[in-house]
Amino acid sequence: MPVEVKLPTLLRVHAGGAASVDANGATIGEVFADLTAKFPALATNLVDENGSLHKFVNVYRNDDDIRYLEALDTKVADDDVISILPAAAGG
Amino acid sequence: MASDSRRHSGLTFEVPFVEPTIRLNLAQYRAMVAHCFDGLPHEACGVLIGPIKDDFESTGDITEVQTCRNADESARTYTVDNDDMKRAMDRALELGVEVVGGWHSHTHTDAYPSATDVEKAMALGPYWLHMIVSLKQAEPVLRGYRIRGGRTEEVDVDVAGL
Repeated sequence: MPVEVKLPTLLRVHAGGAASVDANGATIGEVFADLTAKFPALATNLVDENGSLHKFVNVYRNDDDIRYLEALDTKVADDDVISILPAAAGG
Repeated sequence: MASDSRRHSGLTFEVPFVEPTIRLNLAQYRAMVAHCFDGLPHEACGVLIGPIKDDFESTGDITEVQTCRNADESARTYTVDNDDMKRAMDRALELGVEVVGGWHSHTHTDAYPSATDVEKAMALGPYWLHMIVSLKQAEPVLRGYRIRGGRTEEVDVDVAGL
């Protein structure tokens, strides 16, 4: 069963304009791998060169920030909703 | 806008500068400024939600101003608290609109994007509306910007009734 992944505006352009897309996987990392197989341009926006979650985005599984769970190893189950949020910061 | 006018490479976009007038009502303006004063001595921040067009550009209309916590708790930098960003995005979806931008205060400098603002704008993409409230003078000063490819351009801000 796929999970729903909600995309912020700036990533939709890489996903055919969709506000949310379905992807498969047992962990966030696997869901992202499935997503980037469908939409290769998303790859560099989700995961950095070290294979960690990209600092430009924050990811939630339902209402939980995955940085406080198991990051990309966080488990996902049917009906979970994954939200990708922009990291807004400055000085 | 012709989609073939766009070139994308990761988060680097080259798109025409479009300058919507950011339109706020007086209550939204007051909420922003009050949150900025409440946040002193630290910078304060928040998020703008409103409708977008088919080309992902904000219409300039702001449906709601969300106040957020500055996770940095700093007078020099801000980071919108992750949970507050999540709440803002959920609220936008509930209203059928989008998170279209953000705002923050400069406690002792002008209402112009700092080098840090321009650098961190990379994460927010080309469609993001940046608003800055300066508390440098006795009267707060609010300005709006687009930041694209490291380039900053001011956009008009219209506060109804101000």
